[in-house]
Amino acid sequence: MTFDEILKNLPYTQPFLFVDELLHIDSNGVKGCFTFDSTLEFYKGHFIENPVTPGAILTECCAQIGVVSLGIYLLGMQEVIINDALQIGLSSSAMEFYEVVLPNEKVTVTSEKEYFRFHKLKCRVKMHNQAGKLVCKGVISGMLKSN
Amino acid sequence: MSTNERYTILKDIIKIYLPEDVAIEAVSEESHFINELNINSAHLVDIVLDVEDAFDIRLENEDMDQMQTVKDALQIIDNKLS
Repeated sequence: MTFDEILKNLPYTQPFLFVDELLHIDSNGVKGCFTFDSTLEFYKGHFIENPVTPGAILTECCAQIGVVSLGIYLLGMQEVIINDALQIGLSSSAMEFYEVVLPNEKVTVTSEKEYFRFHKLKCRVKMHNQAGKLVCKGVISGMLKSN
Repeated sequence: MSTNERYTILKDIIKIYLPEDVAIEAVSEESHFINELNINSAHLVDIVLDVEDAFDIRLENEDMDQMQTVKDALQIIDNKLS
């Protein structure tokens, strides 16, 4: 499955799509990036007159690149047809945060698969900023299936 | 390994994934993992993976589909070990 096909199958759109580009993918992991445009709505409220990307959104970005994009690729490898019946859900996340991400910053997410069995994909994810500093890391699991 | 020993090992695994409001004493062979023990589908996968390690067996998708109750799990373990 090509990067374009994976991106097209992502079940998100504005204002909740946090994947711009995939840089690498194989059965063991994925790498992709996203730029947090300063016009994103949540900056108006987080925080008042001090826009900082919420940790929940950083986690979401890690999940969309690290778990959902990889999961779509892995389903494709199993020759599962991905269509509107794609069911996905977050099952757990444990994240630690080290650096803030300000409006217009570009981040890179890398993810390593721990396992994908019985529809559950568990990954170790890391996010780095443009300076190469670790922004956050953690473990995210999701359930993915397509009928 | 006796059936009782297998049951004890299985209960020790289940205990890890029980929600806080379900006590291990509530677990019986008839317990339904999702409907009665409130174990979610993601944790059911964790239980299966731990069972595989503990008994050195491998479960397939069909086994997972059949595994509704604690008794089902014991039956699957018995079948794999025999």
